[in-house]
Amino acid sequence: MPQTNVHVQNVNEIKSNVVPVWCPGCGDYGVLAAIYRACVIMDLDLKSTVIVSGIGCSGRLPIFTKCYGFHGVHGRVLPTATGVKLANPKLTVIAVGGDGDGLAIGGGHFPHAARRNVDITYIMMDNSVYGLTKGQGSPTTAPEFTLKALPYGVQEENLNPVALSLAYDVSYVARVFSGAIDQMTDLFVKAIQHKGFSFVHAISPCTAFNDTYKFYRERVVPIPAEHDVHNKKSALDLWQTKGKVYLGTFYEDNRLDMGTTFQKLSETVQSKGKGTMERLFDQFT
Amino acid sequence: MPNNLTIRVGGDTGTTTGVISTGEMLTFAMARSQYDVFTFRTNPAESKGGQAMYQVRMGNHPVLSQGTFLDILIAYDEECLKTHAKDLKSDGLLIYDTDTFVPDDSYQEQSYGVPLSTVAQTVSGTKKSKNLVALGVVTEILGLPLESVKTVVKEQFRHKPEKVVEGNIKSLESGRAWALKNNILKDFHVRPRELKTSKVVMSGNEAMAAGAVYSGCRYYAGYPITPASEILEFLQKELPKFDGVAIQTEDEIAAITSCIGASFAGVKAMTATSGPGFSLMLEALGLSSMTEIPIVIVDCQRGGPSTGLPTKTEQSDLMQAIFGGHGEAPRVVMAPANVKDCFFGIIKAFNIAEKYQIPVLFLSDQSLSQRTQTYTRPKLTNIEVWNRLKASGSHANGDYLRYQMTDTGVSPIAVPGESPSPYVATGLEHNEHGDPNYTPANHFRMTVKRHKKLENIAKESGFTRRFGDEQAKVGILSWGSTEGPIEEAIHKANQSGYEVAALQVKMLHPLPDEEIKHFLKSVQHVIVPELNFTGQLSQIIRSKYLIPTIRLNKCAGMPFTPEEILNKIEEVIIKN
Ligand SMILES: Cc1ncc(C[n+]2csc(CCOP(=O)(O)OP(=O)(O)O)c2C)c(N)n1
Ligand code: SF4
Repeated sequence: MPQTNVHVQNVNEIKSNVVPVWCPGCGDYGVLAAIYRACVIMDLDLKSTVIVSGIGCSGRLPIFTKCYGFHGVHGRVLPTATGVKLANPKLTVIAVGGDGDGLAIGGGHFPHAARRNVDITYIMMDNSVYGLTKGQGSPTTAPEFTLKALPYGVQEENLNPVALSLAYDVSYVARVFSGAIDQMTDLFVKAIQHKGFSFVHAISPCTAFNDTYKFYRERVVPIPAEHDVHNKKSALDLWQTKGKVYLGTFYEDNRLDMGTTFQKLSETVQSKGKGTMERLFDQFT
Repeated sequence: MPNNLTIRVGGDTGTTTGVISTGEMLTFAMARSQYDVFTFRTNPAESKGGQAMYQVRMGNHPVLSQGTFLDILIAYDEECLKTHAKDLKSDGLLIYDTDTFVPDDSYQEQSYGVPLSTVAQTVSGTKKSKNLVALGVVTEILGLPLESVKTVVKEQFRHKPEKVVEGNIKSLESGRAWALKNNILKDFHVRPRELKTSKVVMSGNEAMAAGAVYSGCRYYAGYPITPASEILEFLQKELPKFDGVAIQTEDEIAAITSCIGASFAGVKAMTATSGPGFSLMLEALGLSSMTEIPIVIVDCQRGGPSTGLPTKTEQSDLMQAIFGGHGEAPRVVMAPANVKDCFFGIIKAFNIAEKYQIPVLFLSDQSLSQRTQTYTRPKLTNIEVWNRLKASGSHANGDYLRYQMTDTGVSPIAVPGESPSPYVATGLEHNEHGDPNYTPANHFRMTVKRHKKLENIAKESGFTRRFGDEQAKVGILSWGSTEGPIEEAIHKANQSGYEVAALQVKMLHPLPDEEIKHFLKSVQHVIVPELNFTGQLSQIIRSKYLIPTIRLNKCAGMPFTPEEILNKIEEVIIKN
């Protein structure tokens, strides 16, 4: 059966008929726009592009595209995307979800996605608040943020997604901001092109419950051009710089991804003979 | 010459190496000599130390249960004898290690003290091979050919250095010599067997894994848990040969959600676990049901709630399998009755999952998963494999109706990378197109659609097995691994002149309604034996068919013995 690919010329063709339900000004519009653009720039075949998402305002994203999408359960975006990619390595797989989804309920999956290094791109849409459930503190809510639902602020310290991903040894780490869509698009393209698990920390303010646009606009700076993306130590220094929030690629390495290691494993095992049911049963006679 | 024999090996795994492997090698040696085998084991929950036991029943006919009383008991220590002495037949034989203990006088008649450790030390230089000495003694007593036992030993230790293998073979031979030199008290040679068909010997877990591979399962994800881990291990070894992937995930939630992801991508996927892991999977089970992405979940049930009795058996997850999880998420629940059924049954599980785009739960239990049993090697040419109905045509414009209303409730599915009809699968309530939609009418319509599949699944054939006497007034209705002891009990009941009918139900949800109604009509009293405390199937049968059932429950972490079933049969017949 001949298979038609689905390519598009401009972003309007990727938009689905479902109108986004996000609040005006929500940072997630920026992430969605950059994903549309990245698809066009990379000329992705929508038939072979899957966007997997978690639960939250951010989790709605695939519904607004004409790509294949999977909107699963809260916190499980990474294992779901892992299954999609390992089952069919030809697909381009993008995982998106909130900071609560990825660092609270689903926090246990992140290090394992890193150590498997499956060739998927994970965009964490970080608004430092629980958007969908209306304003509770999230793992990235900094003590200095005041939230409607939290008159006394949070008592815990906030997690830093970039620091975590560097510590977990994710093979591609970048940070972007919904206030800088061009750069966001460029880095999405880079992340998707990266062969292995790529992580993009997308600062995506919630205008309804934690409007941090001003906070970040005052602090974001591009990562200096002289930064060596293969130097983990220098990447760690960047995230620790006080008063600045760096945008750009922090780290990158080119170790083998799990799909490739599985393929090699299969080849090695099959050099002694391909599997057949008869051979399988011979072990039990 | 007996037709069948039951042999048990036991000891503390902290002080004796190879308690279980003695039993395993004995089993394979018997199987090589063409006998049918049926094994039962309990490992200590700890990885080192604690009493372990392995029981094998051999026969020159199909063996249906693990047996109740022992013809031979091999006790490595006194604790083992204390635990198992009550099960030794009055004319049974005790083999014990004189280097560790001497039993009291009551065993003088039929006991066989062997200095296992001393013999092992003398011939191989290490006491560790005392289990091989024991294997030598017992295989000599049974009259199993030395050469075939040697082959089994070599196979068992194929990854060990040559010196170890040599020492083990010497220990085996000296055990045989020891038994020859000392007078054998009783003839334990089993009647030999001539077989026309080729047989396989495998565990329930291996049979389920093999069936999955046959079905075309090419993605497996699991998290280690007793008694399901062997499925993960086997598929990690086998699937790469078939271009498939088997991964050990960080937990059961990752296992099931990655399976759903894989199946969404068009590949048949399975996960296996036991009770604790199954509890963690429930939220995602609903996701599979809601998005209509087929997956197969094996639950090798173990004992009790919480961590419970990890190494023991029970049938206590039935209610959770049928009703577990929030909302109303249609799923199918099946249960294999024996090792052969593990292979054939799981193929049906995949077939139903695929045809109806629905999650299928396959309920094994510890005793079945970890037992080894003989069955005729399957002829692989005529076992059907069904695949999901794929969407045709191109709907790149976004007008593909993923959840289109149909008479069967099943809608053609588009597969990423294949069909130019992208859609978004969501766990939110959705309309035919797949878009989120919470309107009252839509929720009702879609709920009806998803449940409609169950009506047709209930009509699928081959999910019951009727046996026993057609005309009997007393019937037994059962599920899962209890089938064997029930069948054996019915044979015994026949010998006492009692007639009993039986219906083994292999699909517990939806129930194969026609067959069950027919059976219930044909008998006056229905006994429902279950390895649980609350009588879970019994409750379901009562509420669905509005009939009184007679419960027979055992909640002890152990399978039924045929005698326990027989006692109930006699009680019911005498009372009525
Ligand atoms: C198991 C489970 N627990 C709780 C919820 C409720 N819930 C939905 S979204 C959400 C958190 C949303 O925050 P985040 O992941 O940061 O995404 P955002 O909405 O901010 O994009 C919660 C707690 C749920 N859907 N499932
Ligand atoms: S609640 Fe916040 S995150 Fe959710 S859509 Fe509104 S602005 Fe965006």
